Amino acid sequence: MKASEFTYERPTEISEALAIVAQEPDEKAFLAGGQSLLPMMNFRLAAPKTLIDLSGLKDLKEIVAVGDGLRIGATVTYSELGASALVSEFSQVFDSVLPHIAHSAIRNRGTIGGSVALADPAAEMPAVLMALGASVELASQRGSRFVLADEFFQGLYLTDRKDDELVLSVLIPNSSKSLSTGFYELARRHGDYAIAGVCISDDSRPSEAFNAPKVVLFGVSDRPLRAKSVEERLVGVARTDKQKIRSASEALSDLIFDSDLHNSQDTKRRLASVCVRRALEAM
Amino acid sequence: MGQTKKIKVTVNGERIERDVAVRTNLSDFLRNDLGLTGTHVGCEHGVCGACTVRVNGQTVRSCLMLAVQVDDLEVTTVEGLADSGPVSALRAAFLKRNALQCGYCTPGMLASAIEYIEKIGDPDRKKIREHLSGNYCRCTGYQSIVDAICDVIQVGAET
Amino acid sequence: MTGVKFDFDKPTKLIGQPEARLDAKRLLHGRGRFVDDIQLPRMLHAYFIRSPIAHGKIVSINVSRAIDADGVVNVFTGKDLENVVEPYVGVLSHLAGLRSPPQAPVAIDYVKWQGEPVAVVLAHSRAQAEDAAELVEIEYDELPAVVDMEKALDEGCPLIHEGYDSNLAWQRTVDVGDVSNAFSNPENFVVKKKFKFGRHTGVTLEPRTSIAEYDPSDDQLTVWYSGQAPHMMQFIFAKHLGLLEENVRVISQDVGGSFGIKVHTYGDEVAVAAIAKLLGRPIKFTADRYESFMSDIHARDHVVDARMAISASGQIIGLEFDDVTGIGPYSMYPRTSAIEANQVLNLTGAPYVIPNYRATSKVVFQNKNLMCQYRAVGHPIAMAICDCLLEEAAAQIQMDPVEVRRINLMADNSYPRTSASGMKLDELSHQAALNKLIEMMDYNSLRSDQLELRKDGVFRGIGFVSMVEVTNPSPMFYGIGGAPIASQDGATVRLDAGGGIHVSSSVTEQGQGTNAILAQIVADVLGVDLARVKVTTGDTKTTPYGGGTWASRGAGIGGEAALLAANALKEQILDAASVILQAKPADLDIKNGQIVDAKTFVEKLSLSDLARTVYYRGNELPDEAKPELVATRHYRVTDAPFVFTNGAMAAHVEVDIETGFVKVLDFWAVEDCGRVINPLLVDEQIRGGVVQGIGGALYEECLYSDEGQLLNTSLADYLVPMASEMPDIHVAHIETPTKSSVLGAKGAGEAGTGGAPAAVMNAVNDALRHLGATIYQMPMTPERILSALAETKADH
Repeated sequence: MKASEFTYERPTEISEALAIVAQEPDEKAFLAGGQSLLPMMNFRLAAPKTLIDLSGLKDLKEIVAVGDGLRIGATVTYSELGASALVSEFSQVFDSVLPHIAHSAIRNRGTIGGSVALADPAAEMPAVLMALGASVELASQRGSRFVLADEFFQGLYLTDRKDDELVLSVLIPNSSKSLSTGFYELARRHGDYAIAGVCISDDSRPSEAFNAPKVVLFGVSDRPLRAKSVEERLVGVARTDKQKIRSASEALSDLIFDSDLHNSQDTKRRLASVCVRRALEAM
Repeated sequence: MGQTKKIKVTVNGERIERDVAVRTNLSDFLRNDLGLTGTHVGCEHGVCGACTVRVNGQTVRSCLMLAVQVDDLEVTTVEGLADSGPVSALRAAFLKRNALQCGYCTPGMLASAIEYIEKIGDPDRKKIREHLSGNYCRCTGYQSIVDAICDVIQVGAET
Repeated sequence: MTGVKFDFDKPTKLIGQPEARLDAKRLLHGRGRFVDDIQLPRMLHAYFIRSPIAHGKIVSINVSRAIDADGVVNVFTGKDLENVVEPYVGVLSHLAGLRSPPQAPVAIDYVKWQGEPVAVVLAHSRAQAEDAAELVEIEYDELPAVVDMEKALDEGCPLIHEGYDSNLAWQRTVDVGDVSNAFSNPENFVVKKKFKFGRHTGVTLEPRTSIAEYDPSDDQLTVWYSGQAPHMMQFIFAKHLGLLEENVRVISQDVGGSFGIKVHTYGDEVAVAAIAKLLGRPIKFTADRYESFMSDIHARDHVVDARMAISASGQIIGLEFDDVTGIGPYSMYPRTSAIEANQVLNLTGAPYVIPNYRATSKVVFQNKNLMCQYRAVGHPIAMAICDCLLEEAAAQIQMDPVEVRRINLMADNSYPRTSASGMKLDELSHQAALNKLIEMMDYNSLRSDQLELRKDGVFRGIGFVSMVEVTNPSPMFYGIGGAPIASQDGATVRLDAGGGIHVSSSVTEQGQGTNAILAQIVADVLGVDLARVKVTTGDTKTTPYGGGTWASRGAGIGGEAALLAANALKEQILDAASVILQAKPADLDIKNGQIVDAKTFVEKLSLSDLARTVYYRGNELPDEAKPELVATRHYRVTDAPFVFTNGAMAAHVEVDIETGFVKVLDFWAVEDCGRVINPLLVDEQIRGGVVQGIGGALYEECLYSDEGQLLNTSLADYLVPMASEMPDIHVAHIETPTKSSVLGAKGAGEAGTGGAPAAVMNAVNDALRHLGATIYQMPMTPERILSALAETKADH
């Protein structure tokens, strides 16, 4: 399983990277951590003509508090996320989530920007970012823009990113500091992609009733799903109200679930419901 | 012949300069270009862990890195693990506990085990198993590997 | 065995000790020498283009663009190799009625399974070969694929092979006693279940790899081969490539796991040898992970309708089943794809007294990858059929599953005897093993915990299996049917001038410790330091002729030959010493590498001094003295077709009934494999085997589409057990040395895999049964467990 031929570029300035990708953008791929791209290339499921290595772009490595929130550069690795005090300050959810993402050797290379750009429906990061109300910063020669995570993930490996755009960073808003969060995932083996999972946030404090919950399912469809019916049923519900929590967690009939190789749509729905309830019960 | 690039990389303490085809991954570079065949290839998609080596002190899947990505970096393979300190203790423990059979997973397993001992160092068996959960072994059933790591941590704690 | 006396309890013994494997040190330093590590001058890499469809006619193959690609030296199709390779047929005469058409290594005219080699590119690098493969244009006429084994014999089902009147490869029925009476008697309780066992595969971490090199000036073919049976491959390469066997050398050194996967004849490997012959330069082929899933043999694809009749007092009255197994379009060569089914027929119920037994197995062709022997061949199915029906029956008559086994297991003092299926059994210890198991696992506490936790909605289950395992096979397994598979193995043991001992043996090493136990046995017999014994295995040029390691025969058969040879060498040494020391051989012994007085242990002469005298200074010996310091002995099993072992195992699981997830909390295995040569090695073989069995029970399955496409071809989609989900496994032994050899050792390599699936299935059902749910399909995935729970009519 050897990758097909490609040309390799390693720009040292963002403008350089954008200039390269502006020509024949659909034949080019950015290389961030490579933990998803390189396996696909080894299987020859992906065969870009040009690989643009982002490791020379120092700006993409920064984690810095800016006015609106915390700006995490696209090539920050999962390990770096886990080690960052700034990130923990903004949200504890990363501490819960990171141990579920593959294994340490993968986390040492895999990046947050890579996860966002790939939009694997079973990945944790997109759902976490949606729960935190985060935005994705994109740039191309045509300019730069921010897209809310809620609007960014559009389908199976499909995002709002145009072929000539580079994910520069992810912006975690200041509001995430006051969110209480929950996370639960089901995987057959530790570190596997989830067969069902959920990331939940609410702007109430841990002792208060749910107020404005965001319930984001992953691993059960072609993209992360906001379980709106669940959210509606949770508003005003006390955290100790097991019955209402259970009934809310079952309100999934408005969602379309995708089967996978081992699990039918019905199983996905049942597992999603269990994830939601167990995440809520722990919040 | 596709694009090549000259890289300068320190491998097991030795400065190496090579022209590599850009699509060559690190595991193939180590094995075929440098003759360091101790790093094994089991899947080429990052799941089995057999190819795990250290780059700038961090474990990585060498099948999921390109050789050109280690330009200016330091790579340590199983052949370059200094046979002293925790590495030596771990090798002795592996032997005593029979924590290897065919030996194919062993170099990657050692890399992950050393990372655990150095960075976490807790003799909790569940935690050890979680850390090793990215290294496939078909022969041993994992228990003896956990035993060996526990041995090293517990002895390390006593000294 | 007569004539050889041996003291297994002497204070200086090594046999039975948990010695560390000294030959594993190099592996810890990354100094293994696996086949892919080898580079030879002018070596080319082979890449196989494989059929993307399950069944079809090859209309055309155009290689012209590929031949001109960068780095490509040649491209061969099946037709190009037609006159170079004699097709092979995977049948054996003792499996009466087994049929299979001749098979070419690379498809000619038709493709009959997705993954079948269709063309092969030879290039200077694997990457270039893969590039060129994309330029080969192949046109197929797709044909309907036979993919549902339960329909393969239906009228109207497409026929895979022209000239065959059906898709049946083989069938056999065993019929003993009066089964219909057993089931029609109203006083008996009958349990009836349909079992499904999922097709799965070995997933050796080192993929199949070989390098073939042909020297035309010498007509010499050398194959470096990751595999278990080099002599068998020597025969096969010679026969099918038209070479003299003695001109073929097969070398198997470090093998990164095999488990039976690498003991079969693969078209790609044969093609590589053929191409080496054509091109006169070394050819390397390494299956990548995708190819491994696609083309390594699969196994254990069975659907079984089974029922058991049990009396109200818990006695098994009858056992009956109909088994269908869907193999590939060909029976694997040379061991056949019927052996697994045959084992299922022969081994189901073998631990128990079963007066009435009827079983039929139908082996049917499919347009899927080939199936053949994989660790514990047939045992996981056989043990599950009987023991899962037994525990279901016990539940129905409200009897404890341990109790029902006590009633039905053959008594330990009742041997020799035969199983219902006619297997010769001797020296087994089922009852003792069960007793030891119950004690080890603190069974009563587990039961009371189970009841307590159930009140909190936590569902735990305990499941058992009592099993037999085929080991140390005689010629009755393969040789009798015409297979080029040796059942006699040999060892040559030699004292060299420096006092070191060299052992050359025809069994082989795949990491289980074959070389280590051979050294251990020889060092024990000769009274030398373990570190002074060097072992060579896996080279047809330099070792005795034999069968290699499979069917758990390495320790029992290879070990016996080594023991006999070492004993003979010891006699030679003492003879030579008696001449030099002017003493009687009976008054001498060897200890710590020294010839000593047998009574006082006073050291008289080092082995090295003795050897140097013999080799360098023969002038010091009387002319009549003709000392030999090298001995060869062989061994084959003659007492019975197989030497069976027995085991008792238990699994303790927790089922999350909301998600269908199963956690294996604990596992216990009591194994009687005769004399244990090295408990450190045997225990780990059992543990590794158990984990592999848990894989089949909960995780592993090769999933095919209705069109015969293999859907999971990566380690992300095919789930192998990893460290986090596996329990600590507690192992204990009972040692009933087999009288069929001096060493008394039976095999132990496969028992864990043979028994664990039944124990785990029983444990899951023990957890679910009182909720009204049961499951008889492996792997027991969350979806299947949730379905089983949904089907129940009980309220909970």
